[in-house]
Amino acid sequence: MIATVVLASLSEGARLLRDNFWDYTVTGATIGAIYSLVALGYTLVYGVLRLINFAHSEIFMIGTFGALYATQWLGFDPGDPKKTGIALIGVLLFCLVIAMAVSGASAVVLERIAYRPLRRRGSTRLAALISAIGASFAISEAFALWRGRNFEQFPRLFDKTHTVFTLFGYDVRADQVLIILSALFMMVALDQFVRRTRLGRGVRAVAQNSETAQLMGVNIDRVIVLTFLLGGLMAGGAALLDMVFLEQTRYNIGFILGVKAFTAAVLGGIGNLRGALLGGFVLGLVENYGSALFGTQWKDVISFTLLVAVLMFRPTGLLGESLGKARA
Amino acid sequence: MAEATILSDSPSVASAGPESGPESGSGSQRLLELRHLTMRFGGVHALNKVDLHIDRGEILGLIGPNGAGKTTVFNVITGVYDPSGGDVLFEGRSIVKRKRYQRTKLGIARTFQNVRLFSEMSALENVMVGVDAQHHSSVGGAILRLGRQRREEREAHERGMELLEFMGIARRAHQTARNLPYGDQRRLEIARAMATRPKLLLLDEPAAGFNPAEKADLMSLIGRIRDDGYTVLLIEHDMSLVMGISDRVAVLDFGEKIADGSPASVQADQRVIEAYLGVPSDDEDLLASTGPGAPGDAEHAEHAEHAEPVGRAEPAGEG
Repeated sequence: MIATVVLASLSEGARLLRDNFWDYTVTGATIGAIYSLVALGYTLVYGVLRLINFAHSEIFMIGTFGALYATQWLGFDPGDPKKTGIALIGVLLFCLVIAMAVSGASAVVLERIAYRPLRRRGSTRLAALISAIGASFAISEAFALWRGRNFEQFPRLFDKTHTVFTLFGYDVRADQVLIILSALFMMVALDQFVRRTRLGRGVRAVAQNSETAQLMGVNIDRVIVLTFLLGGLMAGGAALLDMVFLEQTRYNIGFILGVKAFTAAVLGGIGNLRGALLGGFVLGLVENYGSALFGTQWKDVISFTLLVAVLMFRPTGLLGESLGKARA
Repeated sequence: MAEATILSDSPSVASAGPESGPESGSGSQRLLELRHLTMRFGGVHALNKVDLHIDRGEILGLIGPNGAGKTTVFNVITGVYDPSGGDVLFEGRSIVKRKRYQRTKLGIARTFQNVRLFSEMSALENVMVGVDAQHHSSVGGAILRLGRQRREEREAHERGMELLEFMGIARRAHQTARNLPYGDQRRLEIARAMATRPKLLLLDEPAAGFNPAEKADLMSLIGRIRDDGYTVLLIEHDMSLVMGISDRVAVLDFGEKIADGSPASVQADQRVIEAYLGVPSDDEDLLASTGPGAPGDAEHAEHAEHAEPVGRAEPAGEG
């Protein structure tokens, strides 16, 4: 009896997925791109410190408020006419810079306050983890007190339902193109930075062997600040893209997204930059296909089932751990 | 202390000051000085009031039986351990409060007894990390790809290749360090250490596992490194290598310096001969042996047992 109901709903889901496959794919990739950007922050910090920065989700949340403030500062209201052309690019870039700056700065401050004092005293990693969870709650609740617990609307900056191109009969929207391309651009930039610059080499050296790196003249404190900064910048970028896509924020918006991004990082192989990228997209896609098959209410179940399934067969994630392996 | 006469032979040392007579020792000639250096692990003295100095342009061999405290000396100089007592002076200034990376910038670099490369990076990148120590490009500069960032990157690349060539492993430049043959990994470590432009190069058993031909190559290489103006402190077990190349040799035994002088005088030194021949590594023999001038042999046996693992311990949980 139950089996037939399940089968019936499954076959209906399969039809839904088949008929709207590209719709689900593009939406999944869009969400996945945002997961990937946030996942990079988890993976960078883990690679260098072997610490899971649970407050990273709040760095993302702060970025969304940064973007919101930027629009308010420019005088946007949710009902305003849409921007086009150069004006639109200017507005988006301004919001991006503000969101990245706010998130990057808060990530650096977070490291100073929540982690560095513990590290100086040689505390255990468990203590740092508790500090991370504490910082996460503290920041989130501080925003709840300041901004209230209701959603705040992010103004629609442009006519995002405008079709840019058609993919196998599905109209790909402007915001989806914007989000996926911007996210890919930021990821490539980060990857090149870590692979090809002196500071990036320092980050990889510390990730591979922090003891030896220090003896070769790498200033570990600067490397740690740098990894928090880079993670924060990526989260800030993700925050603006998320605002463009979902158009609302509040104090706890980082929570589920943070858990998902962390899942993406582990899925791809935590500590591995390209793993975070892959994990984010895989998670976004599977989640969307799954919600078509089983219904939207199963979305989170599907994400975490996928994580468990992958870890059973590849305990170090799809691409394996180690920031060092982030090279070609 | 006849080392000064040997020193005067060393050519082309940029910083070599006026001829220093025997016993002069002070002033700018002295690069590194350990004063009453003591390192205790629990109750065990890994180093006990060791006095040691290295003059510019010198190759100082540091020898001694297993567990004598040689690697501990390196670890204290480079800041892996904080000494329990005594002082380390580099160019006349105490460095015991300096952080590790700062000591590298001052001009101290080392290799490791058990190779410790950045195993997932290419050989060239490993060396470039060393070159980076002397560079200053900022985050903003790197993101905006400013002129200095590009210039430093090019310079790091060129200097890295030069050093790989000098060590004879240029053809390995783009291979992952982990995949290099063992001997080349050791050579790469030396190249990486030299990349930081050290005034003092600490080599910890660079010839370990080498065959005689490779050892001979390495000896001439270390000689060339010295001739280029580097000062070298060398830990080595191979007596013919260390005696053949060092200007001066210091001997540690159970954390104490028991001899210091020219290779010939050290080889003739009675306490050194006893340390090596009279006190076998096996503790039963050790207890049976009676070395004059070495009080408390039974106690020493314990030191040997405990100092070895502690002195050589990988500080794995640090950082």
